[in-house]
Amino acid sequence: MRKGTTLVVPQRVKKKHRGFSPCEDFPNARTEREQPMALLEIQDLHASVDGHEILKGVNLTVNAGEVHSIMGPNGSGKSTLAAVLARRNAYEVTSGRILFNGKDLLEMEPEEAACEGVFLAFQYPVEIPGIGNAYFLRSAMNAIRKYHGQDELDAMDFLPLYKERMKLLEMDEKFMSRSVNEGFSGGEKKRNEILQLSMLEPKLAILDETDSGLDIDALRIVAQGVNAMRSPDRAFLVITHYQRLLDYIATDFVHVLVDGKIVRSGGPELALELEEKGYSSSEPAEQQALPA
Amino acid sequence: MSSTVDTIRDLAAQDYKWGFVTEIDEDRVPKGLSEDIVRLISARKGEPAFMLEWRLNALRHWFQMEREQGEPRWANLKFNPIDYQNIVYYSAPKQKPSLDSLNQVDPELLKTYAKLGIPIDEQKRLSNVAVDAVFDSVSVATTFKDKLAEMGVIFCSFSEAVKNHPDLIKKYLGTVVPHTDNFYAALNAAVFTDGSFVYVPKGVRCPMELSTYFRINAAETGQFERTLIIADEGASVSYLEGCTAPIRDTNQLHAAVVELIALDNAQIKYSTVQNWYPGDKEGRGGIYNFVTKRGKCAGRNSKISWTQVETGSAITWKYPSCILQGDNSVGEFYSVALTNNRQQADTGTKMIHIGKNTRSTIVAKGISAGYGQNTYRGQVKIMKGATGARNYTQCDSLLIGDKCGAHTFPYIEVRNATARMEHEASTSKIGEDQLFYLRQRGIKTEDAVSMIVNGFCKTVFKELPMEFAVEAQKLLGVSLEGSVG
Repeated sequence: MRKGTTLVVPQRVKKKHRGFSPCEDFPNARTEREQPMALLEIQDLHASVDGHEILKGVNLTVNAGEVHSIMGPNGSGKSTLAAVLARRNAYEVTSGRILFNGKDLLEMEPEEAACEGVFLAFQYPVEIPGIGNAYFLRSAMNAIRKYHGQDELDAMDFLPLYKERMKLLEMDEKFMSRSVNEGFSGGEKKRNEILQLSMLEPKLAILDETDSGLDIDALRIVAQGVNAMRSPDRAFLVITHYQRLLDYIATDFVHVLVDGKIVRSGGPELALELEEKGYSSSEPAEQQALPA
Repeated sequence: MSSTVDTIRDLAAQDYKWGFVTEIDEDRVPKGLSEDIVRLISARKGEPAFMLEWRLNALRHWFQMEREQGEPRWANLKFNPIDYQNIVYYSAPKQKPSLDSLNQVDPELLKTYAKLGIPIDEQKRLSNVAVDAVFDSVSVATTFKDKLAEMGVIFCSFSEAVKNHPDLIKKYLGTVVPHTDNFYAALNAAVFTDGSFVYVPKGVRCPMELSTYFRINAAETGQFERTLIIADEGASVSYLEGCTAPIRDTNQLHAAVVELIALDNAQIKYSTVQNWYPGDKEGRGGIYNFVTKRGKCAGRNSKISWTQVETGSAITWKYPSCILQGDNSVGEFYSVALTNNRQQADTGTKMIHIGKNTRSTIVAKGISAGYGQNTYRGQVKIMKGATGARNYTQCDSLLIGDKCGAHTFPYIEVRNATARMEHEASTSKIGEDQLFYLRQRGIKTEDAVSMIVNGFCKTVFKELPMEFAVEAQKLLGVSLEGSVG
């Protein structure tokens, strides 16, 4: 059953906890019964696209309040993992299971997963001509509110919040009336993703290579937006190719995904090590070097 | 990927909620087309001799066209030949002979219009819209007539206009669309039964939207209405047209003619939301909508603007056009045409530039879903004398699923070297990635499709009068979502 490494994380990470000693306190002990329910529990996940297996047994547990980073070389399955979590149809889950808040995530349609609190900041945000950015965001907020039996927000409730969040992300108000992502620069698109994140207030925010294509200023602003969103009720899954983003977003855990499996897990220092030595030291062939 | 296409296909499988039939006594003539039938129609309507003569002329021309050429077949449409002898050319709800007030209208009819959401009940002055309701072949009620008359605006059924304003009819009828224009225009001229007539006198801005609601009810009948709108010098008017029909498993023919005339400095805005029964998923039944609409900017600085949202009909064959005769006159055409299931549309416009500095704008949006086939056909013609003419054309097609088609046939003819022409065209698919993006934010698939489609149509919808724009958005939503209440 255990194909990849199984990571078991401590019950609760102390608030200012930064250093984390990987796994030694809880060597493979499945102690979930004693723990409060994890926010996200991925068990032996296998997924393919067009018949090619991309994820080959991923195990990961994420508790509320934690920031996990997934790093790995191109083609290792990072974005596939994000897409599966967001329930994108094109990705077929062949085995394994995912519990989100105790519910079977694999049974959910994308919009259901979104309403349950899964948010994906896209690597390539999509342009949708003719739909105003503010209108789109209010529709999304109201769809989620409706799902939870809450009253819809009218424009008067929505606008002040929207403007405040735009200010936080140093976005010009001209974005309000422009069509979703249409004619936005790469950096503007990414900022727009974080704006949506800050408005929709999900339980789990997945950032799929949000740092790619960002200059240092944009990176700082995006990270600032993410950091402002950190809360004991919210977890982040930060997918990135480079360590750079982690200079700005403090991560609790780093996982290395290679060829569809998590081959190493550790604290933030692992990211620095990867930056120096590259991913080659984490190739599956050297798996035995991992703590058992 | 394929499951998204499936979802869209399911959503595209709409239900038609205007498909009910009203039980009402009909006064109809026998099936078939002949001089006797035309005489009978003219007599039923108590028409003056000039009208009968006009009709018979048209009928003779139509017989000749039918013998020599038959139906026009140049459009990108497939349909079986129509048996013109198997159609009832006149059907009217039986009722008291004169309709001085709504109290005399058959309550069944009023119920029908209530179901359709048409405010012909003058007591409910909810919306500032004057309505002329045409049921099968005849006009059953025109509202706000008195209020309009105070300003000199004539808004009445065509039949009344023939009786009460024969001079205007004689002067303008057939001047924009002569009976020789085409096969269906000739047929309409011979057998048209009613329609709306509008005259806005010099310098008057019509204070409210004028609206006609067309309803085909009876089986095996054709509907042939005729609309004539005249805006005299400096006048302006905005006119709306809506149409629905019951669900029937045979095809019904609708061959209407609309003529608009704008004199010096006059403006006419003509908006249509066409939702005739489109037939079922397999393409059984539905309306054949063969319509000739044309406006003449006869005067200087005049303007005619067509806006159409075409979601209904099994087949749409329709090219609302502008003849830009007066110097500095302006023609506009904004169109959204949706074809779903087995629907076919061949639609577009003609802009004929004759006067100097004439300008035209064409924005055509075609949406194809299911097995729908959507063709844009447009002609822009710059005549020799049209110095400084300008045209801007934009045609965009949106495909939903992979079984539908979009086609574009622009014809451009320029005989004056000073003309400036711009043409833009695009074809796009509702992308799986767009849908996923919206769904990932919590928006349901059907709402997401509807948002994308409405976004695509936005430039056209903003040309519609407010209430109509809302109506059109809802209609597109219903046509694609399957979320019928």
